[in-house]
Amino acid sequence: MTSSVSISIRNLHKSFGSKHVLRGINLDVKTNESLVIIGGSGSGKSVLLKSILGLIEPDQGEILIDGQNCLEMSRADRENLMAKFGMLFQGGALFDSLPVWENVSFRPLVVEGMDRGEAKALAVETLNKVGLGAEVADLSPAELSGGMQKRVGLARAISSKPSIIFFDEPTTGLDPIMADVINDLIRKSVNDLGATALSITHDMASARKISDRVAMLYQGEMIWEGPSSDINDSGNDHVDQFVHGRAEGPIAMPVLKG
Amino acid sequence: METLRRLGEATLALLTAVGRLSLFAASGIFHIFKPPFRWKIVLNQMIEVGFYSLPVVGLTAIFTGMVLALQSYTGFARFSAESAIPQVVVVSITRELGPVLAGLMVAGRVGAAMAAEIGTMRVTEQLDALKTLSTNPMSFLVAPRLLAGLVTLPILVAVADVIGVMGGYLVSIYKLGFNPATYLHNTMQFLEVQDVVSGLVKASAFGFIVTLLGCYHGYHSKGGAQGVGQATTNAVVTASILILCSNYVITELFFSR
Ligand SMILES: Nc1ncnc2c1ncn2[C@@H]1O[C@H](COP(=O)(O)OP(=O)(O)O)[C@@H](O)[C@H]1O
Ligand SMILES: [Mg+2]
Repeated sequence: MTSSVSISIRNLHKSFGSKHVLRGINLDVKTNESLVIIGGSGSGKSVLLKSILGLIEPDQGEILIDGQNCLEMSRADRENLMAKFGMLFQGGALFDSLPVWENVSFRPLVVEGMDRGEAKALAVETLNKVGLGAEVADLSPAELSGGMQKRVGLARAISSKPSIIFFDEPTTGLDPIMADVINDLIRKSVNDLGATALSITHDMASARKISDRVAMLYQGEMIWEGPSSDINDSGNDHVDQFVHGRAEGPIAMPVLKG
Repeated sequence: METLRRLGEATLALLTAVGRLSLFAASGIFHIFKPPFRWKIVLNQMIEVGFYSLPVVGLTAIFTGMVLALQSYTGFARFSAESAIPQVVVVSITRELGPVLAGLMVAGRVGAAMAAEIGTMRVTEQLDALKTLSTNPMSFLVAPRLLAGLVTLPILVAVADVIGVMGGYLVSIYKLGFNPATYLHNTMQFLEVQDVVSGLVKASAFGFIVTLLGCYHGYHSKGGAQGVGQATTNAVVTASILILCSNYVITELFFSR
């Protein structure tokens, strides 16, 4: 069986000043699979994700989304391409000037011009899917706990039924139980939508739970990838050290950031 | 040699900043004219910029008008030129003090708030989130604020002009013993359309400057809460300086011949 590829990255480079963050990334994400990229803090996971989303211009390389090279697209095409995407940001990134329901239905309401009543009904329906009741719809994001904000962020990411969803450290900053709840919700939403998922995390419990396949980013390159069942005996010292969280090993932690 | 290099670097940095600001301004103006038009946001911003600035701008204007009358009186009395007070008050207020003081006050109030709001959105990834939702922040956030600044400041300044002239009137009548009818007559007699128009044009320019720098510094802020604080300070300082510089330029355009 030859499955099709949703995201294809070839030889991607990105530097900030003299700091070479991405050094020739090659990666394929197959349609309908859930790929998790693991890697230490500051290894460039967010930069990679933001390059795919078009929030950062890479210096060199190719990014193909469903076969289209998005680095050569016009701005308008690129904005339209975003309609395929859903993104859950690390801190939620909810708009604090808008109530929860307008956050969740932002794209239908603001971009597609859906009428307000309909948009609110859609928001409440989507909030239900992530385990939140209608009563949070009119709250402001600032009134929510961290776990609830993540859920609202997830609701916003799935409300317009994207075919590709991105998760940036979905469980960071949550207690282990809430983290597991979020993991379950991620699995469920991705399955329900039949979407492709690309996540980045340094939380191994989360990576095991939400991934079909895992890839490891280290010093700007993908040093290993394989099915999540292989993660414990990857045969790669770097992956081993990371997966088991050992201080001793080939990966030396820089004490200073960057 | 070292000094020369430093000077060169500083000049380059300044030119880069001016270039980036100009591009940002051009993009903002472009999005004012490009659909979708977000009238509701513009209206909200107009209320934010104009209505909520009324108390502080009104207070500034009335005391400025009062002190102008008082100062002119003590000065002009030496030359027995007290009768010129109405003209001095009205011309100073409409041409200079109304727009400049309102502009500076709004820079402190509105420019700072915009930089803080958009800066917070930047560091909490809300600007990135907007883009992933197919919404350009220049169109959704910046253009409505620029438009609100452009149209609201002249209205605000027109109100400030009236209040300022009234301040001068009150002091002149109740403290300096002027005849009310004569005072008002003299005020209207010497006021020219151009005095008011030049003041309102300035107001519009200042409204643009304040909102532009508020948005610009917020948009480019980085490094967490401290970065947002820095952006807020920069927005107020640069807007104030640009207001004073452009005030000279616009005055020159209107009145020098
Ligand atoms: N906009 C930027 N400007 C300069 N450096 C950046 C920028 N974004 C990220 N970096 C740097 O790139 C490196 C990778 O960052 P990031 O992708 O956020 O790491 P993580 O893997 O923890 O998500 C870090 O050293 C960071 O300082
Ligand atoms: Mg990150």
